[in-house]
Amino acid sequence: MPLHPVAEAGVTVVDWIDERTSLSGAGRWMMFRKVPKGTNWFYTLGSATMFAFLSQAVTGVFLAMYYRPDATGGAYESVRHLTNEVFLGAFVRGMHLWGASVMVVLVFLHMGRTFLWGAYKYPRELNWIIGVVLLILTMVMALTGYLLPFDQRAYWATVVASNITGTGPIVGPYLADFLRGGSEFGATTLSRFYAIHMLVVPGLIAALMGAHLYLVAKLGTTAPPWKKVHKDVKLDTIEA
Amino acid sequence: MPSKHDRYKSKYTVDRQVPGAFEGETITRRRFMTGTAHTAGAVAAASFTLPALGLALAPVFEREPHRWEIAGPVDMFPDDNYIPVVVTLAAGIGQVGKTTVYVRKHNAALDTDAYDRNPRTHPFIALSDRCAHAGCPVRWVPAAERFACPCHGGVYDILGRRVGGPPPRPLDRFFTRVSKQGLVEIGPRYSVNSELKPFSPRGPGEPLDGLGQYLYPAQFDERK
Ligand code: HEM
Ligand code: FES
Repeated sequence: MPLHPVAEAGVTVVDWIDERTSLSGAGRWMMFRKVPKGTNWFYTLGSATMFAFLSQAVTGVFLAMYYRPDATGGAYESVRHLTNEVFLGAFVRGMHLWGASVMVVLVFLHMGRTFLWGAYKYPRELNWIIGVVLLILTMVMALTGYLLPFDQRAYWATVVASNITGTGPIVGPYLADFLRGGSEFGATTLSRFYAIHMLVVPGLIAALMGAHLYLVAKLGTTAPPWKKVHKDVKLDTIEA
Repeated sequence: MPSKHDRYKSKYTVDRQVPGAFEGETITRRRFMTGTAHTAGAVAAASFTLPALGLALAPVFEREPHRWEIAGPVDMFPDDNYIPVVVTLAAGIGQVGKTTVYVRKHNAALDTDAYDRNPRTHPFIALSDRCAHAGCPVRWVPAAERFACPCHGGVYDILGRRVGGPPPRPLDRFFTRVSKQGLVEIGPRYSVNSELKPFSPRGPGEPLDGLGQYLYPAQFDERK
């Protein structure tokens, strides 16, 4: 039976791209992997974290259309305007705000899963290390994002957080100065946090997430620890 | 058996059986070109990375100019009670750049330690409201003659010395002076250890007794 012309057109376009990129092979390699027996819902926590990140990225881009990193009052005012007056503003801001906590919780659950499964062992140590960096970057996102509404809570939380940074021996005080952009919470602290929050760290997270997933596809996932290696009955009888 | 071409080959490469270099040349052309291309790439990358890094790191080294902020006329401040005044620490960002300083007149009966007993150098005592634990704003409670921190229960006495809670050192102080017009002026901040010995300003949470002063060195961007 001939295909519907619309479907036909779709196939043609996909074929045209694939002939020039061979992307379908990569897609198959990524999507149609063998997974171990006993794979269960806990294996979805990594993807769940990834979707939390994507949700943050998309909602964040739209928040950036209204947000102004202005420490003399513009920042607070722009968030107030977005929340109270913009259509769906409160909703999208709420998604970003609650989504941030969801992402942090999911990262920890995912880390707990890979820990309890022993998935950090050879040959997956590098993926664990990339995971640790992703965890730290996620926390950096949470920290820098918290300042942006620039209300009393945001301000004092950041004062305290940068002071805590300063209590690290030797390097702490320098790191704190770097974070604040000076020895005092000053005019550039907010714009610094804004740049880190919306440009530096999301880029790093996206890149490292790519590396993380590449290694997952390349190495395969770990079988649950309670699955015993299947004994080959025939081999056993020969040996006996 | 060496071939005829070997006569023209550089001794630097012929021993290693690599083709390319001729007599007198110390490196093959291929390696030279690769090296040149890599160097050009590194120079190009450094030309935007280094300025950007410098911009981001500059505040760690930059030294702020000293500000002297007017607190009020001399007789506004008693010598047995603190008066809160608001001064600007960082200019250009409105309310956020301001901080509260607790000021009182020098009191010969109270300020007896070696470092501030001279009323000529310390005509007024000005304490920072920033808790030495994590930087929350402390409140002066006159009835109890204590500073109390709302965050984790840090308590300080009338000299700003810790008497309870987690703060690792006393409250920071500010230099003071009296202008010709008879106005008290608040100068740069400095930190003190438990004996009220002055140090260059440190961040909250950084101890200054014993090992602390070495673990938390003075910063480039602060006066010594
Ligand atoms: C931004 C945060 C992260 C994202 C988006 C992410 C994503 C993923 C995904 C989709 C998988 C596939 C398997 C699964 O879902 O369980 C995975 C596997 C893995 N992740 Fe993450 N991850 C993140 C953070 C972390 C952290 C914090 C760690 C640990 C420190 C970690 C360690 C691992 C390891 C060891 C595997 C291999 C699991 C196996 O072999 O079964 N990841 N990650
Ligand atoms: S900030 Fe004052 S006690 Fe912790």
